[in-house]
Amino acid sequence: MFLEISTTHQPATDLGFLLGKHPDRLQSRDLSFGKAHIFYPEATAERCSVVLLLEIDAIALSRNMTKTYADSFQLGHYVNDRPYTASSFMTTAISKVFGSALNGNCKERPELVEQPLPLEVTISALSSRGGETLIRRFFEPLGYELALSTQLLDPEFPNWGDSPYFRLQLRHHISLQELLMQLYVLIPALDNNKHYFVGSPEVNKLLDKAGSWLETHPELPQIARRYLRHQKSLTTMALEKLQDEDSAPHSFGATEPEARLEQNMSLHQIRHQAVLAVLQDAGLNSILDLGCGGGKFLKLLLSQTAIPKVTGVDVSYRYLEIAKKRLHWDVMPPMTRARIELLHGALTYRDDRLQGYDAAVAIEVIEHLDPNRLRAFEQSVFLYAQPGMVVITTPNIEYNRLFENMKPGSLRHSDHRFEWTRAEFADWTQKVATTYSYRVTVAGIGPEDARYGCPSQMAIFQR
Amino acid sequence: MNKIEIPNLCLVVLMGATSSGKTSFAKKHFKSTEVISSDFCRGIVADDENAMDANADTFDLLHYIVAKRLKRGLLTVVDATNVQAESRKKLIALARQYHVFTIGIALNLPENVLLERNAQRPNRQLGKHVIRQHRRLLKSSFRTLKKEGFRRFYELRSLAEIDAVSVERRKVWSDKTELQGPFDIIGDVHGCFAELQELLRTLGYRITKHRDRQKNFGYTVKPPANRKAIFVGDLVDRGPASNEVLRLVMSMQEAGNALVVCGNHDDKLLRKLQGRNVQIKHGLGATLAQLEQESPEFLEALPVFLKGLISHYVLDGGRLVVAHAGLGADMQGRTSGAVRSFCLYGETTGEVDEFGLPERYNWAKDYRGSATVVYGHTPVPAADWFNNTIDIDTGCVFGGHLTALQYPERELVSVPASEVYAETKRPIKVEQMAVDAADDLPNIEDVIGRRAIQTRLNKLISIREENAIAALEVMSRFAVNPNWLIYLPPTMSPVETASRKDFLEHPAETFAYFQRQGIDEVICQEKHMGSRAVVVLGRDESVIERRFGITGEGFGTIYTRTGRPFFSEKETEQALLARLRQSLDQTGFWEEFATDWVLLDAELMPWSAKAQVLLKDQYAAVGASGELALADSRNALARAQARGIDTGSLLDKATGAQERLAKFRQSYRQYCWEVDTLDQYRLAPFHLLATEGKVHTDRPHRWHMEQIARWSAKDPVLHATNYRVVNLNEPEAVQAATDWWLQLTGNGGEGMVVKPMDFVAYHKGRPIQPALKCRGREYLRIIYGPDYTLPEQLKKLKKRGLSRKRGLAIREFALGVEAMERFVRKDALRKVHECVFGVLALESEPVDPRL
Repeated sequence: MFLEISTTHQPATDLGFLLGKHPDRLQSRDLSFGKAHIFYPEATAERCSVVLLLEIDAIALSRNMTKTYADSFQLGHYVNDRPYTASSFMTTAISKVFGSALNGNCKERPELVEQPLPLEVTISALSSRGGETLIRRFFEPLGYELALSTQLLDPEFPNWGDSPYFRLQLRHHISLQELLMQLYVLIPALDNNKHYFVGSPEVNKLLDKAGSWLETHPELPQIARRYLRHQKSLTTMALEKLQDEDSAPHSFGATEPEARLEQNMSLHQIRHQAVLAVLQDAGLNSILDLGCGGGKFLKLLLSQTAIPKVTGVDVSYRYLEIAKKRLHWDVMPPMTRARIELLHGALTYRDDRLQGYDAAVAIEVIEHLDPNRLRAFEQSVFLYAQPGMVVITTPNIEYNRLFENMKPGSLRHSDHRFEWTRAEFADWTQKVATTYSYRVTVAGIGPEDARYGCPSQMAIFQR
Repeated sequence: MNKIEIPNLCLVVLMGATSSGKTSFAKKHFKSTEVISSDFCRGIVADDENAMDANADTFDLLHYIVAKRLKRGLLTVVDATNVQAESRKKLIALARQYHVFTIGIALNLPENVLLERNAQRPNRQLGKHVIRQHRRLLKSSFRTLKKEGFRRFYELRSLAEIDAVSVERRKVWSDKTELQGPFDIIGDVHGCFAELQELLRTLGYRITKHRDRQKNFGYTVKPPANRKAIFVGDLVDRGPASNEVLRLVMSMQEAGNALVVCGNHDDKLLRKLQGRNVQIKHGLGATLAQLEQESPEFLEALPVFLKGLISHYVLDGGRLVVAHAGLGADMQGRTSGAVRSFCLYGETTGEVDEFGLPERYNWAKDYRGSATVVYGHTPVPAADWFNNTIDIDTGCVFGGHLTALQYPERELVSVPASEVYAETKRPIKVEQMAVDAADDLPNIEDVIGRRAIQTRLNKLISIREENAIAALEVMSRFAVNPNWLIYLPPTMSPVETASRKDFLEHPAETFAYFQRQGIDEVICQEKHMGSRAVVVLGRDESVIERRFGITGEGFGTIYTRTGRPFFSEKETEQALLARLRQSLDQTGFWEEFATDWVLLDAELMPWSAKAQVLLKDQYAAVGASGELALADSRNALARAQARGIDTGSLLDKATGAQERLAKFRQSYRQYCWEVDTLDQYRLAPFHLLATEGKVHTDRPHRWHMEQIARWSAKDPVLHATNYRVVNLNEPEAVQAATDWWLQLTGNGGEGMVVKPMDFVAYHKGRPIQPALKCRGREYLRIIYGPDYTLPEQLKKLKKRGLSRKRGLAIREFALGVEAMERFVRKDALRKVHECVFGVLALESEPVDPRL
């Protein structure tokens, strides 16, 4: 891990005073994750460069990670880019070895502390999955001049494309303290990969290090969110463990394009209202929310005091935990608590706990099932659970053309296994209705386009 | 009265006024855990054995405990006054629910005795009126007990009588667990005497007919050595000679060569003979006509025989149950009217089918017991295993066959009917159970929560609830159709770390391990750096439909070790499978194994085909970032050194790190190549796991290698794995294998897998590791990082614990083999799925993935 800071301020060797590190000596320091070395490849009155070189102890690192990452055992955690890329390790090192400069202390040259100096920075390997644009959006508003270079991920396999690592060179007229502070915040925010030190002290650290510059930074929300990465629940880790070693991790809970695409019309609210209206008209005593996810619709159902019994089912234990939080499960008053139940279950299994309900809804669920598992879903719901009424919604693929920024042929969500046209949906619903002796009607949800129909479609089955 | 006889599983209800000595009586005759007293329960819920306001909770608790015990098949004694019908009602209901008899024992002491004893009670004296009241209630109870549902009732009227009486337990009639067989279990005979004789002779029974028809009911039957016949009932009706069948069977039973359970026709005949008003239908008329010619002696013996037929038998330590119409797990070995009725008639859905007959509910579909159930009653075209149950009524009287199941061999023997004796209203059709079963969804009950799975290899394997939680999501969201998943491979442990300085893993420790486990011969197989692939291949799509219950998903599939589809494009998968199928066709595989499907364990290369994303995001990324950082570091250190700064060993270190990074990149690159055409894939099968009717884990690994080599030679896409057989007692052979490994890994090979020659190997009765991997020095860079060969790092890495990984490997191995065995013997999908799900759940156990 390599960071070089140079200045052409005259005399350039003042850099040594500002940092409190003598230019003619190699200085080393032990850190919890390895060693930091500071030395000056160049130290003349015209130009002075200091290098912060980190030797990461890979073994200590993997141990350290095991601790902070609880029992997460992804292979990638052992062979990874941490020893080489600029990350939170670098910022920790900055605060440890350049602490006084970072805090604006300098006995020998106090007048230089706040003085803007001509400074240059080289960071060897900065990872940015957001590409060059993100790096520019983070640094340019602060007045930096940027030079970025990258290379092929592997020259022997040109098909694999460019590497996500950039060699970053920055140039600015800025005080050293401010430069260090900004690096301190922006490096881990850009890295956004595995930020090991998460917890409430981090919030203070962020506010502390970031002066007024962050408050006015146009990317503030993004920087803050990335800097304060959230801890993953243990369940997620168990899920990760179940990845094939050969496959890439799933982005659980990442901001998915679907949400963004549909955001403008708050389609999910419209969808919920539409389904709710159907249920209200029917005057039901018990409702199953199949694939309840984080419990948004459950909450809406629960607010309808005329519905005595509501049950949410989801295959993701983590989502059920989120739903509990959303519903304030632990402090729920007893009457409300008696009305709701959450079940961990999968809709490709027969589940006798789901029998005896007046209605079941599956809002944007079926498209998350592989087409060859739909039959299992049908049996699970229509043959075994057999609710009096079933409401199913799913996207209308025809409408996708009307979304901006959507690549032709792509689906609204990376986990969608299919999306149907209105005709395909109608076919399927007819077939299901006939096979399992239900009556069915189909309707659109959301603003209707004359040619492509509504963004979402809904089928109402009744026994 | 001096003896009370009770079945060893029943509910004993003690009755008697307070102070009548129930507690002492219970203590004298029963184990303390068998007795549940209301005083005890009251104490638990109220801290006070006299708190009468706690009555409701007291009895709630008492009933709860009674229910749990009865459910688990334990004799239970209720020590409470129980003098009111109301208080006995719930107990009788519980006994009924769990199908056990209720036995009443009343301690009815004279009033003066009771009053005297009450007065001596130190902590609880009740008023005289209470005792009088109790006595009155008890007395009036006697009339109604039978009607309430007490099977038997005993009254003890004096202290002397109470002192003298003994309680003796006997086994329930159905309990023949001590009989281990071998048995020949014979299906519904229905008066088909000729066929019965033929079947018995085929089975090796010698039948002698006596002139004297009174002798042994006219027959003497000598069974083959140690064998015993068991009849599943319905000896009579419809057929031409029910009377002769009865004579033969009665003689066998009399001689102790046969057990007979009661069929509904036998029961109806009995009721007719007892003079009850039964409808002369369904062939009863024929039987009665045949009986008209019978001797008075026989007609006298017959009702006794029929009356003695019990509903079902539990045999062979509980592993075998025989009942006429089948029997669910919760009723086996139990005694109640409901049990008897189920055994005779099975269960009907309450609806009537298109032939005007009551629609039968297929109880076997939901059977969850561990005992094998053999039954008849419903004629089927052919007996077939289903869910560990088998219906052996192959409709002899309707022109089908008379079938016997040999136990424990599980072989079927049958003889055809010589004519059609009766027409059936309902055509005998395949119950479609196998198809239904495959079609049926697995039940969530069978996979979630804490589970224990019985396996043949490794006894009981338990699965923790949180592991099942993680597995459920993967199984339902990412795995292939569960019908394909008849096996998941186990994890594989590496060898213990090497004692040699430069190596983390070395063959020496691998061989030493197996030698310690008492293994003489091992097989070393080249380890391919690809991705584990399980291959299911059918001869054509109809095979997959018939045997796996999967339609429209091709004639086979390839899935990963966590059950996910290997290929995202179905076409590539099918094209690759077609190549494999061609080779099998050419070598006569299908005919040789008499199968139309096959299950293989394989490695599929290149690694990059499956692991592209991992390679790019992890391995190539490390290479790319390392190159950038190390180049800058080296350059800056060189500049500093040039201006005279002493940077110590840092420059050398940076140079070394660059070299190791280059080696690291070289390591992973060897396992990557672009696959534009099918010809660039390599499929290397190493286990021929299963074919129809057979799991090949009884074959040594040499056999597997030889079989696979035969058809792999046919196609360059198929890759025969390099291997060597090593006798561990020959130092030269061990040395040669070590050299072979050094050469393999020196050329960039991943390493080798060493297995005991026997697929399933034991040491001192416990299963040992089915395989150990021993990976090459360079290959391990991609596991432990570019710099792992630094001496200080190697030293730290050598401390690694393998016990968890090894424990998992053995359990997963046992589950995987169990899954295949269950599939091959046509267990229900859920039984197979349970094992496969178990492997997946165990895989979610956190273990260092570098091992």
